[in-house]
Amino acid sequence: MTPVRKVEGRAYPWGAKNVDTDVIIPAHWLKTISRAGLGKGAFETVRAQPGNMFDDPRYAGAPILIAGDNFGCGSSREHAAWALMDMGVQAIIAPSYSDIFSGNAVKNGIVPVVLPQDAIDRLVEVAKTDEVTVDLETMTVTTPFQDRFEFSIDPFRRQCLMEGLDEVGLTLARDTAISKYESAVSSERPWLSREMDYAGLAVESAGRT
Amino acid sequence: MTPRPQTLYEKIWNAHVVERRDDGTCLIYIDRHLVHEVTSPQAFEGLRAAGRAVRRPDLTLAVPDHNLPTTPRVDSAGHAIPIADPESANQLETLRYNVAEFGVPYIDALAAAQGIVHVVGPEQGFTLPGTTLVCGDSHTSAHGALGALAFGIGTSEVEHVLATQTLLLQQSKTMEIRVDGDLGFGVSAKDVVLAIIGRIGAAGGTGYVIEYTGDTIRDLSVEGRLTVANMSIEGGARAGLIAPDDTTFAYLKGRPMAPSGEEWDKAVAWWRTLPTDAQAVYDATVRLSASDIAPSLTWGTSPEDVVSITGHVPDPDSFADPSKRAAAQKSLDYMGLTPGTAMQDVGVDQVFIGSCTNSRIEDLRAAASVANGRHVADGVRALVVPGSGLVKRQAEIEGLDRIFISAGFEWREPGCSMCLAMNPDKVPPGQRCASTSNRNFVGRQGPGARTHLLSPAMAAAAAITGRLTDVRELMGDRQ
Ligand code: SF4
Repeated sequence: MTPVRKVEGRAYPWGAKNVDTDVIIPAHWLKTISRAGLGKGAFETVRAQPGNMFDDPRYAGAPILIAGDNFGCGSSREHAAWALMDMGVQAIIAPSYSDIFSGNAVKNGIVPVVLPQDAIDRLVEVAKTDEVTVDLETMTVTTPFQDRFEFSIDPFRRQCLMEGLDEVGLTLARDTAISKYESAVSSERPWLSREMDYAGLAVESAGRT
Repeated sequence: MTPRPQTLYEKIWNAHVVERRDDGTCLIYIDRHLVHEVTSPQAFEGLRAAGRAVRRPDLTLAVPDHNLPTTPRVDSAGHAIPIADPESANQLETLRYNVAEFGVPYIDALAAAQGIVHVVGPEQGFTLPGTTLVCGDSHTSAHGALGALAFGIGTSEVEHVLATQTLLLQQSKTMEIRVDGDLGFGVSAKDVVLAIIGRIGAAGGTGYVIEYTGDTIRDLSVEGRLTVANMSIEGGARAGLIAPDDTTFAYLKGRPMAPSGEEWDKAVAWWRTLPTDAQAVYDATVRLSASDIAPSLTWGTSPEDVVSITGHVPDPDSFADPSKRAAAQKSLDYMGLTPGTAMQDVGVDQVFIGSCTNSRIEDLRAAASVANGRHVADGVRALVVPGSGLVKRQAEIEGLDRIFISAGFEWREPGCSMCLAMNPDKVPPGQRCASTSNRNFVGRQGPGARTHLLSPAMAAAAAITGRLTDVRELMGDRQ
């Protein structure tokens, strides 16, 4: 995962409340084989409306999304985070999130910034014309107009985001322990390792039912 | 000091702890990882994006099953027949591509060993006692039949296992489900597990790992045990275990991926230490008597909605709990059933004999023994879908295919088939299906499909008579 310290640029000045994961990515996109490419399906129902902000050239490719309360509620699909990531969103600013969604966001390198509603209101105004900066280092959201909103974030999540650590990455950091376990097992239970003479090939149909 | 007595689950758990963290979660080593086409694409893509490898390809095995049509896969000239649905074709092609790129052992759709992932694992000897085994599929619980701690995982976890061969897990509570006594005439492993789920409820095992014990379970073949453990998840438990014994060892010996020679002996010696110690305690215990179990089936849209074939469609008003009453009413509306109707008076349109619950050779033998010399009722469509190419071949050696075909059943290629509405085998809206699969959820076999879960012999009986039928009546003359 790419480390994020600072996200700066245009922001979708949306502010909508209770945006559920079905709105973020409708169910029929779940047949996909990829995390990538889901950006095409992101906010499909919103985009069906003429003049929506996701198709407004001013915000094209904006790395920040500003939303209202309870962002990412509903189904637990990780596809929602994948869709946002694919459309280039690296940070969301909202008063609150569903737990599952904010976990999925962090897992995928998206910063879920929590700010009170009055800050959201102000940022929505600014974002219509100007850029917004989310700084994880200083834990602030700033604008070119001297706005400075401080936010807090779980220190472990912050570390994961800033160091680009995902759960896989964190476990990989325990490699020594895993290798030690493997070598102990290879002598205690040697039958567990398998011959790899057929890697990537069809296994021949030896055997019985 | 003698060590504290332990359950089978605790022994397997303790043998797989890589690290115990302060918050109580453990980094658990995964010995076996099965992969199929539906839940793996994003996991492989995650690895690719991060530039990571599969840590232990040798502990991984991939096989396509969910999307594959069960119609012939090669034409008369021996060429592969393309898959019509582009999304399915793409998902299957992606699996081939991923296993080649990451060097993962793979059983191709055209290989004789291909089959449903939970049939293939045990059949190849990939599944072994005392292992931790995962797959991005909830019915991974099936492998617990061989004494493996086996459970389903999500796509992020699939990626985690591919990259690290571990998972971060919390230890579960243990539930003993003890079944004693001899099974009655016409009663099978499927009836046992339906009875269990009927008793504990669809959420009864939530938070637990089940261990099935008692002489009824002991006396089951490995095939029957797989049927029982498979449906642990329908009782809410992520995993269900059966202690490995001589039946298990006899089943595994000589299988292509099972240990052999000196390693086999070492393995068996270790496996014999696994069964739960005499003084060990479970967090919960449930007891059933085999003599109380009749040939059974489901009437509603939850696997806990179990009734004896001699029983009737329940009256929602008979449920004391108001939420249960409402759920029952909703189920009956969906199922198109009237309270008080004898189950045997309910007609069927479709019959599905297959799925990872009931598609092994024993299941097909049981169904064939009922179908033999009879014919599928007019207007009923009946499918027999072997769980793997090897099951199919064995059945053909035994002539079961000819029994089915001459009785008017369709004899198909292996795969998940009508178990879930993901490949072309679907139950049309409003039609009623007697199915040997494991889920009777709304829409599971197709939008508007009405599913009754039952055993292979009961499914065959329903196909013959065109209605839900007490198989014992058709078996009477064949005792
Ligand atoms: S047969 Fe059904 S339950 Fe089993 S793996 Fe396939 S879809 Fe899942």
